[in-house]
Amino acid sequence: MIESKSLILHTATRFLLPLQLLFSLFLLLRGHDEPGGGFIAGLVAAGAIALYLFAFDVPSTKRMLRASPHDLFGLGLLLAAVSGIPALFLGKPYLTALWWELEFPFFGEIKLSTPLLFDIGVYLVVIGSVLSIVMTLAEAE
Amino acid sequence: MEPLMAYVVGGLFAASIYMILRRSIVKLVIGLILLSNAANLLIFTASGLTRGAPPLIPEGAQFPDPMPAADPLPQALILTAIVIAFGVLAFAVVLINRAYEILGVDDLDLMKETDA
Amino acid sequence: MLLAVLSGFILAIAAPWFFKAFGDRTGWVLAILPAALAVYFGSYIPEVMTGETVVQEVPWIPSLDIELTFFLDGFSLLFAMLITVIGTLVVIYGGGYLKGDKDIPRFYVFILAFMASMLGLVLSDSLISLFVFWELTSITSFMLIGYYHDNAKYRKCAHQSMMVTVGGGLAMMAGLILLMMIVSDPAGAGLQGAEAFSLRAILAVDSGLITGHEFYVPALLLILAGCFTKSAQVPFHFWLPNAMAGPTPVSSYLHSATMVKAGIYLMARLQPGMGGTELWMTLIPIVGATTMFMGMYFALKSTGYKQVLAYSTIMALGVLTMLIGIGTEKAMLAFVAFLLAHAMYKGAFFMIAGIVDHETGTKDLKVLSGLRKKMPITATVAAVVAVSLAGFPPLFGYLGKKMMFETALEAPNVQVYILTLVALTATMGIAVAGLLGVKPFWGEEAETPKPAHEAPLSMLLGPIVLATGSLTFGLAPFFADSALVQAAVTAIWGQETDYYLALWSGFNTAVVMSAVTLVAGLLVYWQWDRVRGVMESLQWLYDHGPEWAYTHGMDRFLPWIAKKQTGIIQNGHLRYYLLTILLTLVTLVGYAFFTRGEITGALSFEVHFYELLVVLVMLTAAFFAASTSSRLGSVAAAGVVGFSVAVVYIFFSAPDLGITQLLVETLTVILLVLVLFRLPEFVSFSTTAARIRDVFVALLVGGMMTALLLATQDVQLYEHDPISHYHIAKSVPEAYGRNIVNVILVDYRTLDTLGEIFVLALAAIGVYAMVKFRKRDERLAAAEASEKEETA
Repeated sequence: MIESKSLILHTATRFLLPLQLLFSLFLLLRGHDEPGGGFIAGLVAAGAIALYLFAFDVPSTKRMLRASPHDLFGLGLLLAAVSGIPALFLGKPYLTALWWELEFPFFGEIKLSTPLLFDIGVYLVVIGSVLSIVMTLAEAE
Repeated sequence: MEPLMAYVVGGLFAASIYMILRRSIVKLVIGLILLSNAANLLIFTASGLTRGAPPLIPEGAQFPDPMPAADPLPQALILTAIVIAFGVLAFAVVLINRAYEILGVDDLDLMKETDA
Repeated sequence: MLLAVLSGFILAIAAPWFFKAFGDRTGWVLAILPAALAVYFGSYIPEVMTGETVVQEVPWIPSLDIELTFFLDGFSLLFAMLITVIGTLVVIYGGGYLKGDKDIPRFYVFILAFMASMLGLVLSDSLISLFVFWELTSITSFMLIGYYHDNAKYRKCAHQSMMVTVGGGLAMMAGLILLMMIVSDPAGAGLQGAEAFSLRAILAVDSGLITGHEFYVPALLLILAGCFTKSAQVPFHFWLPNAMAGPTPVSSYLHSATMVKAGIYLMARLQPGMGGTELWMTLIPIVGATTMFMGMYFALKSTGYKQVLAYSTIMALGVLTMLIGIGTEKAMLAFVAFLLAHAMYKGAFFMIAGIVDHETGTKDLKVLSGLRKKMPITATVAAVVAVSLAGFPPLFGYLGKKMMFETALEAPNVQVYILTLVALTATMGIAVAGLLGVKPFWGEEAETPKPAHEAPLSMLLGPIVLATGSLTFGLAPFFADSALVQAAVTAIWGQETDYYLALWSGFNTAVVMSAVTLVAGLLVYWQWDRVRGVMESLQWLYDHGPEWAYTHGMDRFLPWIAKKQTGIIQNGHLRYYLLTILLTLVTLVGYAFFTRGEITGALSFEVHFYELLVVLVMLTAAFFAASTSSRLGSVAAAGVVGFSVAVVYIFFSAPDLGITQLLVETLTVILLVLVLFRLPEFVSFSTTAARIRDVFVALLVGGMMTALLLATQDVQLYEHDPISHYHIAKSVPEAYGRNIVNVILVDYRTLDTLGEIFVLALAAIGVYAMVKFRKRDERLAAAEASEKEETA
């Protein structure tokens, strides 16, 4: 089992992980306009969790995650596939992008869209797949 | 720059092909890593190389600045290719690892028999 | 008509549930469909009689100009009637014959599917759908012959019939494509689009344009290969007697009344367009007459009831082929009359064979005798049908035979050959009719394995109906003539005929021939045992016929070839596969380069210093990765290559790629740490010669890629590529995104990305499965080992 006894790594990881995950969310949401997007954000998040895995061990990582990686990529695939369905109701081809602009009292204008939903799906699939691979292999040691 | 990159890509291909033709399974893995890089660069170079003009549009504008920006299409293709190459590599590595564990050999020539 | 064809397939699927609901009476229930179809098609008789053609067009694959058009003229109506009427009787009969068999639902499924395929075949206007239905009949026939699938010999028979007919079918497909090319030749008929596949359109073309075309001979030979195999012509006849392995209702329906006539059907259809040439009028009659003679010869030699029937069916198919080949107006009338007559008496005979086998337990004609007391109805029916088969007036069979004599007398080519064989065949035919209809039922009563008794109604119905038909059509030929025959002849002759059917048309040579062969035939029947003795002395010859060639080819030659080529192509060495692929690639691309490509090298070599540095690092690392003998060094060098690639992406305006590449490189390191280092160190296995060879191949491929890239630079893909510009221009106004790469991924090309994330998830599942299943295997192995210890 890969397990580091380094106190510095433990402590640093505890603090880094939330930051990295937050950063990945930032990359995900701005992806449509600036460099970023589901793939990159997913890789960042997966990398962060992999670091946690190396600092601690598989069971504690699983506990921290609360969900199995398989559920993550399953959910991601579902989200991505479902994001194409609304277009069907409007008589457009599957996966045609749809946009809704919503006004919120405090946040101002927020653009909701099926591509965003799809990108979140990609994000979850990347996290889930990469973590599944890494955790399976780490467990197999 | 493109002609130089053409030679670089050729070099990468040559190195990767040489490695996947080896009998040692570990070398095969290295060959696969190099091969995916070479293929990505091939697509990247084929559509032309542009300096300092990413396919990003400034806020409020309709077109990238400066124009012409780099071709976004191959970039999108390569982006997914990079991630998938990782998945495939993981699969290949585990497959090879499994074959090694079962057969106890790392010589591809000795892996001819399918029923172990 | 589409519904008529489809309903058969639909009912075929539903048949097992019908069986659950109706049990032993299923046959009667299911027969309602073919009966209803018979009525449906029968209702078209008045319309078709006036020369009308009923057409129904259904678009199928419009983008390829393929239509599912059905048409009904006299000829297809004749076939449709045969298929549905005999189909009705066979479904009922099958229910009785296979009563109690556990697989009987399967029989219903395939017999109905076959009926629908056969209907589709004779109604198709498009050559494409005709071919599809043609092959469907081969497949359903395979399933039906192999009905008793637990018997290895029967399975082999089914396999043989499929190989022969499907093999011929493939040749026919090539022939039909050639025919399509002939008629779509702009210098000739110049048919366009769906018309080039349409039978009606092709037959409307002036036949000179077809027969004069350079592809005529190969097209004809290929199509004939399909027809000859399907209709069991010499030398492809051998599969038909073997196909008798199927249950008797199958034999009577597929291998006598309908499927084997598909080849005949197509030849007759094409006769107006492709016939009339010397090749047609020589080759087809010779093959047909030979088949006719051989069929009757073997029928006389055989002793099994069904075997005799099978060979006499081959004889009949030969006659039909011969008549098409002769191709005169009278021949066409004879053809249709004989077709109808044969379908009726042979269908009845097969059912009688089934009854005899079913109720007595034997098919051996040497044993069967004197059954008339136990089975009076069967005996009466058999006698009537035998008279029709022998060609005595006043049965319909006589009309068919008389017309055949008259036609043979006016054959334009190879007349002597045809006449001789016709006379010999007719003589033997009388004897065979006696064997089938008289010998088992008359004379002294003999012991049978099962005590004989009369068959149930479901099995008697078919023969009775068909025998009555033979008698009615014979006594009143006008009835058959006006109803179907004339319309059918008109359809394949192209215009109305002046001939009509009549029992007596004056004293002529044909009548003399009938009389002479009758006497000779009775003589042969009387001396059957002796004749058979002579025939059996030639056994060696029979053992080395076409079937011997077929089985030899299948059992010896094919495995030998397969073994050789597998040894060469599937050698089990990964790198030889790779070498083959790579060298093929280099050869093909290289060839294209030499013939078409050119590298102008017009692009600038403008390079910044830092760029040069990065690519040099990349190249050096790649070279080191490939040449070092240290595993760690090689992995590290590969990592360096990956990071340099990321830098290149960033230099050349691809920030997203750069970031992705960097992240993936990091994860790759983790992956390799987790797995690769459990694998052994680098070992050198290859010889120096192999290394030199691989270096050479690697440089060749690398050089080709370089050349390819240099050549693409001249094309300027990006500047001339409207797709990229579309993506850029619409990114903000329509997709509301300013990162065009991301917009492409999640908006323009979402379906692609969806596929790609599925692949990623699959790879993860694959990894998981491989690792976890190993654990389970190990646990199982451990459990087994401990069990063994305990027992020891």
